[in-house]
Amino acid sequence: MTDVNLNSLRNQPDERGRFGMHGGRFVAETLMPLILQVESSYRAATTDADFARELAYYQTHYVGRPSPLYFAERLTAHYGGAKLYLKRDELNHTGAHKINNVLGQALLAKRMGKTKIIAETGAGQHGVATATACALFDMECEVFMGEEDVRRQKPNVDRMRLLGAKVHPVTSGTGTLKDAMNEALRYWVANAETHFYIIGTVAGPHPYPQMVRDFQSVIGKEARQQIMDAEGRLPDTIVACIGGGSNAMGLFHPFLDDEDVTIYGVEAAGKGIPSGLHAASLTGGTPGVLHGNRTYLLQDDDGQIIDAHSISAGLDYPGIGPEHSWLHDMKRVNYVSATDEEALDAFQLCSRLEGIIPALEPSHALSFVGTIIGDMDKDEIVILNMCGRGDKDLGAVLPMLEERGKL
Amino acid sequence: MTSRINTAFANARSEGRGILGVFVTAGDPDRQTSEAILDALVDSKVDIVELGMPFSDPMADGPAIQAASLRALKNGMTLAGTLELARGFRQRHPDTPLVLMGYYNPIYIYGVDRFLADASDAGVDGLIIVDLPPEEDDELCEPAAEAGLDFIRLVTPTSNEKRLPVVLGSASGFVYYVAITGITGTRSAAADTISAAYKRISAVTDLPVVTGFGIRTPGQAGEAASLSDGAIVGSAVVEIIADTIGADGNGTPETVSKIAAFVGDLADGVAAAKG
Ligand SMILES: Cc1ncc(COP(=O)(O)O)c(C=O)c1O
Repeated sequence: MTDVNLNSLRNQPDERGRFGMHGGRFVAETLMPLILQVESSYRAATTDADFARELAYYQTHYVGRPSPLYFAERLTAHYGGAKLYLKRDELNHTGAHKINNVLGQALLAKRMGKTKIIAETGAGQHGVATATACALFDMECEVFMGEEDVRRQKPNVDRMRLLGAKVHPVTSGTGTLKDAMNEALRYWVANAETHFYIIGTVAGPHPYPQMVRDFQSVIGKEARQQIMDAEGRLPDTIVACIGGGSNAMGLFHPFLDDEDVTIYGVEAAGKGIPSGLHAASLTGGTPGVLHGNRTYLLQDDDGQIIDAHSISAGLDYPGIGPEHSWLHDMKRVNYVSATDEEALDAFQLCSRLEGIIPALEPSHALSFVGTIIGDMDKDEIVILNMCGRGDKDLGAVLPMLEERGKL
Repeated sequence: MTSRINTAFANARSEGRGILGVFVTAGDPDRQTSEAILDALVDSKVDIVELGMPFSDPMADGPAIQAASLRALKNGMTLAGTLELARGFRQRHPDTPLVLMGYYNPIYIYGVDRFLADASDAGVDGLIIVDLPPEEDDELCEPAAEAGLDFIRLVTPTSNEKRLPVVLGSASGFVYYVAITGITGTRSAAADTISAAYKRISAVTDLPVVTGFGIRTPGQAGEAASLSDGAIVGSAVVEIIADTIGADGNGTPETVSKIAAFVGDLADGVAAAKG
C-alpha cells in the first residue's frame, strides 16, 4: 500500500522542483535540456534495483558505510548535560560526507553515458570525493576552486592532482565557493553536451537539491537505526553544520516527521552577524535567485550578491539549499550560527577530549551544541553530524591557535 | 500599434539587410560615459540597443562582460539607475528599440510589478533574462506580456526539436539565437551552423531570428546578419571600454569615439552583406 501522507514534510519538492516558494530551475536555456535529462535519468535510477544495489555495494566496500554512531563520553562529561553521540561520517573514505553524494551522481553519470565530470569545491572535500570517484570509474575530472580556497585547503588540492583531476583556480569575486560555482556553471554551459556536473551540495537547479539530499539521506537513515539499537528510542535533538546544507539535509530528512526531535542547523557566523562578515544566509539573508534556485541569500537591496565570510572554506557560501529555506519558513528546523572563534575552540576541544580532529565545518555545529547541551537532562540524547575530519584544516588552524597562545 | 522592435526589423528588411544589435552594460564604465555611449550607438546606426543590467554573478557571461558588470557596480550603478538611463535614452531617441538584458535576481528584489511598471514607463521595449527558462514563465514572462513588454527568448545549439516549441511558445519580439554552446565572448560560430539553426528555428516561429554570442568583427556581423535576420555584438564593444578607461576607472573621450568608430564599421558590415 502506498501511503501518501499529505502532512509529511518528507515528500518535497513538487514537480517544478519547488520547496514552497524556494527551489526551481533558474538556469540558462543552454542547460535546460540537460537538466531535464538528468531529472528523468535520476527518476529512472531511483526505481532501478540494480542502481540501488551498485550504489550500496560501493557505499559498503569502498566508503566503509555504515559510519559508526559513537557515544562521545568525554565531551558528554565535559558539558555535563545530555548524552552526545557523533555520527562519524569523517571516517568515510576521503574524510567527509561528500563521497556519499558523489558516488550516487557518478553512477548516474555513468548510466547516462557521460565520462567527463565537472565539480565545484570550497573546502576541497567535494573536489577530492569527485576526483576519487572519477579515478574509480575512469572518468575525466575538472574541479573549479576559488584561489583563496586553493591556498587555505592546499592538502586537498594536492590530493585532487594526485588522483588525476585538473584543478582550475578561480580568481573572480573573492575566490571562494560562490565564484567556483559560477565558473563551474560557465564551463558546463560551454560543455553541456559532453559533461556531467556533479554539484556538491543540496543547491543548484532542480533536480540537484532533491538528488543530493536523497544520496546524503543515508546518514540520517543509519543514525535513526543506530540510535534505536543503542538507546531504544529516537534522539531529542539533532545538529549539523550548514554550508550549502548537504550533510545537514542528509541527517535531517529521515527525522523531519518526528515532531519530538528538535533540529538545529548551524550556519557560519564568521566574525559575528553584526559585523556583516559571515556566511549565515538564513540568519542574515533574504530570499533571492542564484545558481539555479530561489533561496535565502546574502545580498544588498539592489539584489547584488554579497560575499560570504567564514574561517571554514566549506561554509563560505552566500546561499543555502532551498529545502533548508523552506524548513526555515515552516519553522521545522531552527537555524542558528557559530563564529570563527567559537568554531576554533570547539575544534580544539574535540581534538583534546575525544581524540577526533574535526573539520572546521562540524566544529561550528559542536560549538553550538556546547551552548545547549549542558542545560539538557542527563537522559536526553543529542546527535551531532561529524561530517568531516580536520586534516585539511591544519595548515590554516595551527597558526591561528599559536597566535592566540592556545597551542 | 506597431512596436519599435517590429518597425526596426521592417526597416532593415526594406533595405534588404538584417538588423545590427549592440550590447553594452548600463553604467559601464560610469554613468555619464554610458549615456554618451548609448547616444553614439544610435548615431552609428545601431538598430536595436541591448542594455545590460549589471549583476554581481553573471553566470552566462565571459570575462569581458563580467568585468563590465563589476565596473558598473563599482561606480554605483543599480537597477533603479539602469531604468533612469533607459528613460533618458527614450527621451533622446524616440524610435530606437531598447531591450534590457540580464539576470533575474535584481528584478526579483526590485519587485516584479514595480519593475515592469517602471520599465514600461521608461520606454523599454523588451526583456532578455538569461536565467528564466519557460519552466519559470509565471515569474516574469507572463506578467511582462501583460505589461506590454516583449520577452525575448534565447535559443541555443542544445535546444533540440522537442525543446524548441517549448522555448518559443511564449516568445515575443524576436528570437535571440545563441550561436555557440558557451558563454559570451568566447568563440565564434561557423556559417553552416547558423544557417541550419535559422532554418530549424524559423520552422517553429514567425518571429525574426537574430544571431549573437561570439560575433567580433564587421565581417562576422555581416555574415551572421545575412544568414539570419540580424547580428548582435557585445563583448567586442565592451572590450573597447576596458581598453580605454582612465586610471580613475572612468571613461575617456577615446572610449566613446572608438566605440562609435567600431560600431559604424559593424553597421557597414551588416549593410554590405545584403542577403
Ligand atoms: C566537512 C564538511 N562539512 C560541511 C561542508 C559544507 O557542505 P554542506 O553544508 O553541503 O554539508 C563541507 C564542504 O566542503 C565539508 O567539507
